[in-house]
Amino acid sequence: MSQISLPDHAGPVETVWHWTYIAICSLIFLFLIAPILVIIPLSFNAEPYFTFTSGMMSLDPEAFSMRWYEDFMNKEIWQRSIANSFFIAFFATILATVLGTLASLGLSRSEMPNKGLFMGLLISPMIVPVIITAAGIFFFYATMNDYIPLTGSYLGVIIAHAVLGTPFVVITVTATLSGFDHSLTRAGAMLGADPTTVFFKIIMPLILPGVISGALFAFVTSFDEVVVVLFVASVEQQTIPRQMWAGIRESISPTILSVATILICISICLLATVELLRRRSERLRGMSPG
Amino acid sequence: MVGPYSLSYRGGEMSELLTTVDGRPLKEALANAERSKRIRAVLLVLPLFVFIFFSFLYPIALMLYRSVENPLIAEHMVETVAILENWDVKEVPSEEAFAALANDLVAARKTREIGKIATRLNFETPGLRSVITGTGRKAARWGPPFKEQFIAYRSEWGELETWATLKRLSPTITTVNYLAAVDRKLNVEGNVVQIDENYQIYVDLFMRTAWMSILVTLACVILGFPIAYMLASLPLRQSNMLMILVLLPFWTSLLVRTTSWIVLLQTQGVLNDLMVWVGIINDAQRIQLIFNAQGTVIAMTQILLPFVVLPLYSVMKTIPPSYLRAAESLGAHRFLAFWRVYVPNTLPGVGAGCLLVFILAIGYYITPALVGGQDGQMISNMIAFHMQKSLNWGLAAALGGLLLLGVVLLYWVYNKLVGIDRLQMG
Repeated sequence: MSQISLPDHAGPVETVWHWTYIAICSLIFLFLIAPILVIIPLSFNAEPYFTFTSGMMSLDPEAFSMRWYEDFMNKEIWQRSIANSFFIAFFATILATVLGTLASLGLSRSEMPNKGLFMGLLISPMIVPVIITAAGIFFFYATMNDYIPLTGSYLGVIIAHAVLGTPFVVITVTATLSGFDHSLTRAGAMLGADPTTVFFKIIMPLILPGVISGALFAFVTSFDEVVVVLFVASVEQQTIPRQMWAGIRESISPTILSVATILICISICLLATVELLRRRSERLRGMSPG
Repeated sequence: MVGPYSLSYRGGEMSELLTTVDGRPLKEALANAERSKRIRAVLLVLPLFVFIFFSFLYPIALMLYRSVENPLIAEHMVETVAILENWDVKEVPSEEAFAALANDLVAARKTREIGKIATRLNFETPGLRSVITGTGRKAARWGPPFKEQFIAYRSEWGELETWATLKRLSPTITTVNYLAAVDRKLNVEGNVVQIDENYQIYVDLFMRTAWMSILVTLACVILGFPIAYMLASLPLRQSNMLMILVLLPFWTSLLVRTTSWIVLLQTQGVLNDLMVWVGIINDAQRIQLIFNAQGTVIAMTQILLPFVVLPLYSVMKTIPPSYLRAAESLGAHRFLAFWRVYVPNTLPGVGAGCLLVFILAIGYYITPALVGGQDGQMISNMIAFHMQKSLNWGLAAALGGLLLLGVVLLYWVYNKLVGIDRLQMG
């Protein structure tokens, strides 16, 4: 039922208002999306400027080049950063997803005592300002360094990123489980499956879209994280966002725009995956009774 | 007997006690079964809880402890601290205290702790750093009586304030960091007073952080409401397409979006170029749109806008269009019906979105740091400054503690009003 469309009997005031409303909304959508889109053509700039040159405006092929992408490919520091980002995000995601999924299974059981309290605590890394988390982890790692060197180590960054990622896994998986029909697990058990089989054959396939969405959120959280890296990582664990941060603060070069464009492409892929999963799980849920 | 339960009769009275097949009372068996289920649920949550406890809750507790602990002076200036304990802060202490101080400073210089002590005292009373390090250097060559030589070398030793600072920092647990975080200190008489006006920054900074967060929240609601309404009223296929425009920024790296705003808004940037090209301004009138508070608010609004659109959208989806039609058929003008019937129904979504955006905004660090310039810095940036540059960790922890208090209170309110299980992304 569309309330947006203009009824046939609309008077002049309503017609004007209707088009004004559409124009306002378009501007807001432009405000949301323009900053992301504007970076893409600029990353092909042949000149070291952050704005459209007259050549670019007249679509002169000479004004466009791949030089910033080549710069990105040839600089060892960017290559190492991207490898580090994937490495850290991969392990942080696994840690966050396994722990978060298990906890969500417990949290969505009706027998779980103090559910609200636990949920509140487990979600809090998402709410507490990252600077506070980073400062706390910095102090914590400093006290632990005598036993296990966490400051300036991959393990330290992975643990901290997993902490920041778990709330997203918990939120998406508990949301998926809220529509889960628990009689299915009882049916499985009654038919002779042990709890492990029930989990892998019945629960897992049904909550998988939620788990994958949560994992992708955790991945992006780690992949985009810079504050913890600033506080506890050393040069060895330089990540993409850390390198961009340095690039913006110190020597801004259009190479950053090419990196940004690549990151935008990655986000488009991730968004597409999550949207497909969401629609699939909505379809599945629509089919199951209740 | 049919089924696992039986009724048993005891004595003359007929007391109905349900038992299981093996004769256990049903109540007990049920309690057992429920306990084991409860334990199983807790065991599933336990690994994550332990993980979060050790790598999140404990570190934060450690940070809060940092904000009150103060072992340095008590550990390294033992003699002075012992004598100052009984000092009445009425006049400059006697020769005895000066002798103790000379001993402590010489010893601290040998253990190389004197630099830290000087820095700590300097945080409390600016100017004391050179007094401490200089005296430490000289004192090794001095002999008793010390008092005159101390005062002759640096007049600060003849001032009550210097000694009061030493005494104030003697306890191992202290509130001075929290006082400093709200621009207060203890004066010589031990009363809480405001510090010198030229040094007052933190209260203003907290106010500015709150004010900028309010601006961002308002901007998000004003911009988010119309598009959430449009998304909720369009047919699903079209609204899904438009939803991508909301979700893509949400999934795009924060640093990418911040970089984009620099590219768009800087004086030689796209927007200024566009305005010059169109002729709104000439080349000399380029507007400083970024690297100030305004730039921070603009960038943060775009970054946080999805957090208000998504809850608003899901609330608006549940409002039946028939409400509006009913109001109109009862004679309300379209706008009146919208304002009196539709808008009140969206308030839960507005509240949820506002609280979430405000909570996220007051702790923002990256965007203000990159586009904030001088006057667009927020409290998180000051925490980072004290963590990394000035190395005044106690003060950083105290500022963090106050910020955390604010966030936790808002989080609690959010949980009461909205419920954290209603948090949603995408």
